[in-house]
Amino acid sequence: MALLWLRVALCLYGVGLLYALVALTRTSDLLSRIALHAAYLGMVFHLVSLTEGVLLADHISQAMAHNSESLLAFFVMAVFMITYLVYKTTSPGIIVFPFVFLLTFLAATRQQPFVLMSPGMRTSWLVVHIALIFTGYAALILSFCASLLYLIQQHSLKSKRANGILGRLPALEEIDQIGYRSLLLGFPFMTLGLVAGSVVAENVYGRVDFQDPKILLSLLMWAVYLLMVYTRWIAGWRGRRAAVLASVAFAAAVVAWAANYFSSIHRFVAS
Amino acid sequence: MKFQLIGVNHKTAPVEVRERLAIPESRLAEACRRLVAHPGIAEGMILSTCNRVELLCNTRNGVAADLRGFLRSYFRLDCDELEGHLYEYREQEAVRHLFRVAASLDSMVVGEPQILGQVKEAYATARAVGAVQAQLDQLVTRAFAVAKRVRSETAVGSSSVSVASVAVELAKKIFGNLHGKHVFLVGAGKMSELAARHLLAHGCESIFVANRTYERAVSLAYKFKGQAIHFEDLHNTCDRADIVITSTGAPHAIFRKEHGELFLARRRNRPMFFIDIAVPRDVDPAMNKLDGIFVYDIDDLQQAVASHAADRKKEAERAEAIVTAEVERFQARLQTLDVVPTIVSLQDHLETIRQAEIDRVRGRLGQLTPDQEMAVESLTRGIVNKIMHTPISTLKSAARDPESTTVIDLVRRLFNLQEKRAKSGSSGDGK
Repeated sequence: MALLWLRVALCLYGVGLLYALVALTRTSDLLSRIALHAAYLGMVFHLVSLTEGVLLADHISQAMAHNSESLLAFFVMAVFMITYLVYKTTSPGIIVFPFVFLLTFLAATRQQPFVLMSPGMRTSWLVVHIALIFTGYAALILSFCASLLYLIQQHSLKSKRANGILGRLPALEEIDQIGYRSLLLGFPFMTLGLVAGSVVAENVYGRVDFQDPKILLSLLMWAVYLLMVYTRWIAGWRGRRAAVLASVAFAAAVVAWAANYFSSIHRFVAS
Repeated sequence: MKFQLIGVNHKTAPVEVRERLAIPESRLAEACRRLVAHPGIAEGMILSTCNRVELLCNTRNGVAADLRGFLRSYFRLDCDELEGHLYEYREQEAVRHLFRVAASLDSMVVGEPQILGQVKEAYATARAVGAVQAQLDQLVTRAFAVAKRVRSETAVGSSSVSVASVAVELAKKIFGNLHGKHVFLVGAGKMSELAARHLLAHGCESIFVANRTYERAVSLAYKFKGQAIHFEDLHNTCDRADIVITSTGAPHAIFRKEHGELFLARRRNRPMFFIDIAVPRDVDPAMNKLDGIFVYDIDDLQQAVASHAADRKKEAERAEAIVTAEVERFQARLQTLDVVPTIVSLQDHLETIRQAEIDRVRGRLGQLTPDQEMAVESLTRGIVNKIMHTPISTLKSAARDPESTTVIDLVRRLFNLQEKRAKSGSSGDGK
């Protein structure tokens, strides 16, 4: 049943995807409202699906690991909704919706690499690790969206043609605020998440294996994250340079995520 | 009488062209003097605003004057490169154009009120140097009346989306909320002051004012409860402002790329918005290439305004109808002002009397020899011509006088020319 609810959620997110595609060429107030409501509803089904997954599993950490894509998609949606509530803008949806759709799609077709978990992994530390990291991821994704939107808005202001979706983007400084705040909020989560992860690794393996690609990539991502916060804090980097950094951080995050397929640790297999 | 108008405006010429033709206020009087000294031009005035440069003339003896030649010699320009941007109107079309300009129907922002003031200033300047006399005077004062009528009878001017409010809208697109933002006003001018006032009304916190003459800056700053800055300190203080409105008469850009880089470094890359109302431009367009600096010149504002234009299209159509009616009225009035029909009808009138008298006495004179016939003919003609001489020369000199209507009316009444007047009027229309 969990999978069924997830697929319902996927269909609803599909409306959001449609909105994102249409928004590239023109604006539609109606469609943006429909997409928003579909997204609300999608989140409800999504939550049901996640809860059911937890109920079925022996331990909450197992459910989280099993449904990681789905969980991340939910976190990203949650961050998007918070942004909407604060800033009253659906513009980040242009990037968030396709991304969430893709993640949910992966989850709904059961492409996850996590099959087994050793009983030793079922700790609350793991729950904390996943929750923190995913919050960090979601915030990172949002700030990546914001930096792309910033570029788009900056370009439209500079080319002096504000029409279509470009005419409807939030003010430049508002986009900047969204990006900066999610960056600042996400960073401690990411940091603490990595710390929690190393605690788990210490517990299970007795050491942290820095040779592991997943850990290396995670550290790289964290370093770029740190660099983003730093350059923004000190020099106020935004616009093009910030977008480049955000893209690198995002790419590192995606690769780090994909490294689940190669990393021995994150297969959670008792070897 | 022959009205002729040549010029460029924001629709026909980009700012690069307009800034080369712009005549600063300080040189306008001299330019007017040179215009009327140009061959074939009896009266003339020059309207030079950031959106248009126009020469309006009353030509001598109704022969078209070489206004392009004037542009060529005054600006030392090759007219070929201008040719695509220039428009030229004569007579009725020139009248219509002037009416439309004064009524703000030809403006970048249709209905914006500043243009009428600018026409009035141009008129005052030209009048002060004697470039505007009777006929142009009548035309231009009529244009003011038309503008007033359009304003009061249509909604074209109401809720005027001026450059100022477009500037506010753009600022909001960049900064979102204008609360706590600082404005820097560089140079003075009605439009820039209006923009500053709008920005303050929308929440901007404080204002800095710089002007070439410090006293002017102080008085402006006092007006806006802002802070006057010495012009030399402009580049050192400018980074404190988020929005910079410039409208100086400087011939070269006062903000260049290196200044932009300096500002950004000092502001830690927080965005800055330059509103450049000046023509020639005060801000180097290259500044717009910097990350975080947004430069809008007067043409860009026009584009931003274009979207609002549709709203007032309907009212503008009503205004156009008023202008059309007024042009016709003015033309009709011109005909009555014109002394030529009066002179013609006076001649006709006396000739008819002469013929009638000759016919009447012919029977009593009996058969005349050809010589005698000739003598009678020249005698009567001589008398008529002598009688007509003074009224005609008076009429001709009256044509150059604003009070010509009185004289014309008087002559018409004295010789009872009422009917003929209507006739000549209608034949004038047919021309």
